[in-house]
Amino acid sequence: MNPEIAANSAANPLLPVNGAVPLSWYLILSAMLFLIGVVGVLVKRNPIVIFMSVELMLNAVNVSFIAFGRYLGHVGGQMISIFVMAVAAAEVAVGLGILISIFRSRENINVDEVNLMKG
Amino acid sequence: MPPEIAQFLSGSVLLFLLFGTGALVAAIAMVLFPNPVRSALCLVLNLFCVAALYLLLNAYFLATVQVIVYAGAIMVLFLFVIMLLNLGAPDRAIDRLRWQQPVAIGVALVLASVFGAVVYESVPATEPSVQMAVPAAPEAPSDRPAYVQVRPDPDTMPPVTPDTMGTASGIGRNLYDPGQAWLFPFEATSILLLIAVIGAVVLAKRRLPGETDLATTRIGDGGSNE
Repeated sequence: MNPEIAANSAANPLLPVNGAVPLSWYLILSAMLFLIGVVGVLVKRNPIVIFMSVELMLNAVNVSFIAFGRYLGHVGGQMISIFVMAVAAAEVAVGLGILISIFRSRENINVDEVNLMKG
Repeated sequence: MPPEIAQFLSGSVLLFLLFGTGALVAAIAMVLFPNPVRSALCLVLNLFCVAALYLLLNAYFLATVQVIVYAGAIMVLFLFVIMLLNLGAPDRAIDRLRWQQPVAIGVALVLASVFGAVVYESVPATEPSVQMAVPAAPEAPSDRPAYVQVRPDPDTMPPVTPDTMGTASGIGRNLYDPGQAWLFPFEATSILLLIAVIGAVVLAKRRLPGETDLATTRIGDGGSNE
């Protein structure tokens, strides 16, 4: 590699320095995972898969939190991730309970046809 | 290996590329599979890859929790409900809003450009140092005799450094430290989980004869079911 490029890339936050993964890589990965989750929520019609996409988005945010906590040397990132996991578990329990309840009353849980709360 | 390449390719970079690519591919496959069971299995793969990334970030305890809680408990719950409700039908069979897919892709592209702009503009020119300066351990002499200390004295334990804060010990000592902000959210989380348990039981339980169904009763119905 051209040594000039190597010298420039040492200051580039998008390239690894001394073999360490830069923070920006984790943030970009997190953003991409979050985007895939958004697309899943918008495109899928099956409420179970929509829930799984929401889980994917929560996980992507956890990656951001933990990466920030690691690179800033602060414990808050991992603490918040623990709370996000707890909230995700509670959300799944209640959400799947709602799905079973809806399925029991109408035998059909296509999200386009469940409009009980429509005004 | 030439040094200029060794600067870019180290073990951690290779592992990040491996597991990051794995997480992305699994996530994309999760959205593309029409079968919900395959989507769930792809999500399990994605969660394992993310747990490996947590290990790369020295978050050992959270990686373990990720595998046990997410890939274990939550995904088992998902698969259980999929098979209980017999939801294995392909997604296209119930797709009725044809215009929704292109709109969703457009929204995703807008969001992607916003994310790209934020990452491009906000990444600092110089990364903060990975290793933070650690204050020296306070040499607090204990006035108690040695045989009283049946458990480790917090004053004499080594301080939690960025390297050790991901272990169970580091997580616990920070989470339960009254001097930090995490104790109250922790207790609030326990109440949240209790509410979720009660709510899930009320929502999903089968109605007994002569009993008002709390989940489907409409307000003002006087308790009669529809």
